[in-house]
Amino acid sequence: MEEAAVQPAHVHAPPEGFISKYIFSLDHKMIGKQYYGLALVSVFMGMVLSWLMRFHLVWPDVKVPALGALAPTGAPGGLITPEYYLSLLTMHGTLMVFFVLTNAPFAGFGNYFLPIQIGAEDMAFPRFNMMSFWTTFVGFLVLVLAFFIPDGPPTSGWTAYAPLSAVGKDAGPGLGWGQNLWAISIAIFCVGQLLGSLNFISTTLDLRAKGMTLMRMPICTWAWFITSCIGLLAFAVLLPACLLLLLDRMAGTSFFIPSGLVVSDRLQNHAGGSPLLWQHLFWFFGHPEVYIAILPAVGIVSHVLVTSMRKPLLSAKVLIYSMMSIGFLSWMVWGHHMFVSGMNPFSSLLFSFPTLTITIPATIITLIWLGSLYGANIQITSASLFALGFVSMFVSGGVSGFFLAQPSIDIYLHATYFVVGHFHMVMGVAAIFGILSGTYFWFPKMSGRMMNETLGKLHFWITFVGTYCIFMPFHYLGLVGNVRRYASFVDDFMAPLMPVHKFISIAAFITGAAQLIFLYNLIHSRFRGKVAPENPWNATSLEWSIPSPPPWNNFGGRHPVVFHDPYQYGVKGSKGDFVMQDSPEQITNG
Amino acid sequence: MASTPYQHVASRSIVEGSGHSHATQSGIWVGIFAITMSFAAFTSALMVRQGTGDWRHIELPPIIYLNTVALLLSSITLERARSRATHGSRSQLRDALPWLAATLALGLVFIAGQYFVWRQLASAGLYLATTSNSSFFYVFTAMHALHLLGGIAALTYLIARIAPRQAPPRWSLFEGAAIYWHFMSVLWLYLLVVIAMRL
Repeated sequence: MEEAAVQPAHVHAPPEGFISKYIFSLDHKMIGKQYYGLALVSVFMGMVLSWLMRFHLVWPDVKVPALGALAPTGAPGGLITPEYYLSLLTMHGTLMVFFVLTNAPFAGFGNYFLPIQIGAEDMAFPRFNMMSFWTTFVGFLVLVLAFFIPDGPPTSGWTAYAPLSAVGKDAGPGLGWGQNLWAISIAIFCVGQLLGSLNFISTTLDLRAKGMTLMRMPICTWAWFITSCIGLLAFAVLLPACLLLLLDRMAGTSFFIPSGLVVSDRLQNHAGGSPLLWQHLFWFFGHPEVYIAILPAVGIVSHVLVTSMRKPLLSAKVLIYSMMSIGFLSWMVWGHHMFVSGMNPFSSLLFSFPTLTITIPATIITLIWLGSLYGANIQITSASLFALGFVSMFVSGGVSGFFLAQPSIDIYLHATYFVVGHFHMVMGVAAIFGILSGTYFWFPKMSGRMMNETLGKLHFWITFVGTYCIFMPFHYLGLVGNVRRYASFVDDFMAPLMPVHKFISIAAFITGAAQLIFLYNLIHSRFRGKVAPENPWNATSLEWSIPSPPPWNNFGGRHPVVFHDPYQYGVKGSKGDFVMQDSPEQITNG
Repeated sequence: MASTPYQHVASRSIVEGSGHSHATQSGIWVGIFAITMSFAAFTSALMVRQGTGDWRHIELPPIIYLNTVALLLSSITLERARSRATHGSRSQLRDALPWLAATLALGLVFIAGQYFVWRQLASAGLYLATTSNSSFFYVFTAMHALHLLGGIAALTYLIARIAPRQAPPRWSLFEGAAIYWHFMSVLWLYLLVVIAMRL
């Protein structure tokens, strides 16, 4: 049946001119780089914010130069007020979780490599793709604007709990227009992510090359696909939540604000709202969000490890099913963030069970990695070091989750540094290691040049040791009762802990400074790095069958045909020790 | 159809049977999934809020039922349009044009009618922030109307493309818009039940 109305060009034309090549680009590769660039800017901003926090905790009476000019109310004379400390941690969390961890591994690398890995010319909806980046960018601008308004950024944390976030400027500095900008920014961000997830799902389902069955897709493609399914539904819940919050703040509704609330000696003109409702809505999004942050990194690391080990995983299929189970279970555990919120204690039990259950697929994935690594002759490169570092971080950070999953223990540990240590290691640092592993691995493909391996390895070791020095002590601090989100520790029992805080702060500054090695490597290699061949790592997936950097239509107009899964390493009788996915070379073990 | 450098790509997609036209289909369903999830979030917010006990039942203005009829009728006219234009040829699309226009008109009638519902509620003293019931009523109806406007935009685009001297629209776009529009009708029915029973 001929489709008379079919347009011949179902991908975009080759870009011409500076604007359509570099600014409003329809090319998924440029959009991926734009997301990565935005994440890079956000991560350095978030890191500077964390330095300010760490500095203030340990040296609260030392003036921070120039901060007084940026924040005359928040940090007069360069001395950070307690409220501004809360603003710093709010913006640190918001930037890092949304604009770094959701952007770089998923929207950044996913946009760049998913179409190529499945053999497509571009995403299914290039215009929506372009819109998704620029929407995210607008969300970023709106968020950063909060630093420059007189009242400053909000103080309610990246979790923005009601009623603090809902009552408006009566609640204190930053909670007037600062909080409005936060809610608007995150709502805009949700729209961008929804458009992106839509693209990933449709592209994966419909644009796979001939022979590319779902099970022949690389693990990182699967990870991006599962992440986009989670993201579609999670951000679809956060958007209504932000809307209801904005209505409470600006239209006088009472979704989250109870009756009779007196703030700053003023009775709030609201009635009947439920602060717990905000927590439910937020964490129903918030828990899947942490898997959105980590699953792409799980995929990238698996991909890098297989290539570096020169042997397939114990079972890629089981790993993929485990990722799917994690995606499924992630919807059932949100209440474990609310064990002490005052919700029915019986429901704590109902949330605790799936939380403990979700450790099973996570453990299976870890055991698959470890079992595959056993006896493997792994090639040590910057990419594989960061991949191994990821495994280490994921385990170290994940183990503390076992404790927090139990309501009885969580009653003690909730809102202490123990929780902060847990999520920084298992989600923050681990995902960053995944991003860095992916960067070192894919930089040659994206730029056509190799990164400096010596600098990369130096970067790894300082970062690896440094992040352990920063975040391991957090667990100890939490166990002895150090509460989180406090600007200063004035209780007597806290005094002996200050040397620990000093150690952490110094480790943070050194580790942060070491990231400049990476930044230098990135920029220098982009222009002066050794020219990269098409397949420097002798890898099997489709991105390594095209030039470095790829042409605008990825495969130069041809349509790749795929014959195997991407794990054909160590294959006897093949020309090298690997067989590429698009090679019809016969292999002995199918 | 003018020959372009990507002609071979297009013919391959017809031969393969999948590709971009199917992507439009799956894209619409994915979008519908996301919108459903959003309304599920709003519904669960309603359930939680209802538990607080300060619930004051709203008398629904009868015009809301007329609006419902208009929207359901628009789904019927859209299906007539679709059956007229199954193969997407230019002459068939032009046959479908009056039915498409009727769908668009009924959609606009619905939106106008919803505005009158709001006016009637306002004259009864019920605004967005008056009671928790009224808040949810306005949020539900406004969110639905906003999404319906997206459907109206799609229909307007389709009608404009069927006009003479324009390149005809892709069949997958027509199908996608139809699926979305029917989803809007189903969603409205669901919301009406929730509003009538819970608010």
